[in-house]
Amino acid sequence: MNRQPLWPRYWPRYWLLPVAVLAWELAARSAQAAYFPPPSRIVVRLHEMWFSGPIWRAFLTDEAIADLLPSLARLFTGWGVACAAGVLAGVALGRSYLLSALVEPLVHFGRSVPPATLVPVFLLLFKIGTPMELAAIVYGVIWPVLINSMDGARHVDRQYIETGAVYRLSAWHRLTRIILPAASPKIFAGLRLSVSLALIMMVISELVGSSEGIGHRMLEAQSQFDIPALWAVIVLLGLLGIALNTAFLGVERLLLSWHRGARG
Amino acid sequence: MTGGRLERGLLGAAGVVGFLAIAELVGRAGLVPDVMPYMSEVLAAAALLPMEEQFRADVLATLAACLSGLAIAIAVAVPAGLLLGTVPFLERSTRPLVEFLRPIPSVSLIPLAVFVFPDSHDAKTALVVYTCSWPLLINTMYGLSDVDPLAKDTLRSFGFGPLAVVLRVSLPSAAPFIATGVRIAVSVTLIVAVSVELLAPGGGGMGAFQSLAGSANRADRVFAVVVWAGLIGLAANVLFTAAERRVFRWHQARTGDAA
Repeated sequence: MNRQPLWPRYWPRYWLLPVAVLAWELAARSAQAAYFPPPSRIVVRLHEMWFSGPIWRAFLTDEAIADLLPSLARLFTGWGVACAAGVLAGVALGRSYLLSALVEPLVHFGRSVPPATLVPVFLLLFKIGTPMELAAIVYGVIWPVLINSMDGARHVDRQYIETGAVYRLSAWHRLTRIILPAASPKIFAGLRLSVSLALIMMVISELVGSSEGIGHRMLEAQSQFDIPALWAVIVLLGLLGIALNTAFLGVERLLLSWHRGARG
Repeated sequence: MTGGRLERGLLGAAGVVGFLAIAELVGRAGLVPDVMPYMSEVLAAAALLPMEEQFRADVLATLAACLSGLAIAIAVAVPAGLLLGTVPFLERSTRPLVEFLRPIPSVSLIPLAVFVFPDSHDAKTALVVYTCSWPLLINTMYGLSDVDPLAKDTLRSFGFGPLAVVLRVSLPSAAPFIATGVRIAVSVTLIVAVSVELLAPGGGGMGAFQSLAGSANRADRVFAVVVWAGLIGLAANVLFTAAERRVFRWHQARTGDAA
């Protein structure tokens, strides 16, 4: 690791960001493009809509809490449920020849169904509301997790398993001490894919059927022709995507550091 | 190995039949909400759908948007990736921009795209282009960083210009990575296309067919479209994986991940 100071290492790389924003600002101002407002107006709208609240609420407005809280709650619940179920089912399938042979075609079919086509199905089943959105997120997220966990659990080094057998580890210990750690790089590869999918499914399910949340805010902005608000939501979702990815990579690095150490 | 494969095939078929039977029984026993159609009804509806003119037109509309969007994305993103991948200064400069734009969920652009493109078919194609461009761009750039420098130097020392080096060495050796980008892109195109169709059903497509069937409370038809969408997705997956394996057999042989 080369430990250079942060500033000179980073600033030449980021020169294009401010230039692009400035170019957009000037182009949008001179062209008066209705659908592409200048960034300054987007930021102002973003601020007044969500971040102009009182200081004791971290500047969040009532609107921000009403929009963001339900969406984020659904995002994390759906993602958590899907990851837990996907890892569990994937490891079980990966370790059992019979089970995996039985359900393999079903799994391949299930993951090939574009999750967006299931949104109308869940809409019929659950009507508009949180259960429908949760179902959409879970379905969209579970497949990469399940398939990668299955792959990881199937290809555990034989020597590890046999060593465990020699030491007469119980089934529980074999699972938690050998199989899960050995499969974890693969499992995390699936989880990493699932983060952005969860965000996509949250947005699409809220756009199709919800009465609150970020997607609903977008629909409202669309119907009121509030283009800067529409852009503000897009910017917020982009920032959310970056934050989630960065947080996930940080957790992954922390949890898998032993693996890199062991493999060199 | 063939015996094992036959056995797996039989077990898989048994799994599918078992799943369908259980789903049917669960429905008949009244264990699921009434709006859920029986599995047999779904399959019957799915079998009848291809006879319908409207459904065929909608499937074609979806596939046309996916394919044209993918083609445009390849035409734009691969050359862009080649340019960025061969000029380190450009690569360093644009990376932060790419890292910032890529996490924006493409479906969040739908309400905006509906304004910008009054024809919802155009909106669909444009969003497919946007979505496909990222994996293509990233994979092209990644593939270029993997090019054997010796091969490039060899060509250079024979007096070939930079463009010839890119076209004769860099592009072929990045091609397998580009193909992976295409495969990733294909799986996302259907999600985006159907999402646009659900929200802006004016331009037709499978999503539009579904929302029509849904508002008519025909759950069997909504499910039947899911069955077809799954089959189309599966076919696309199998097709692209097989084509990739066939075209790039030399690459797998070289890197040794044939299995």
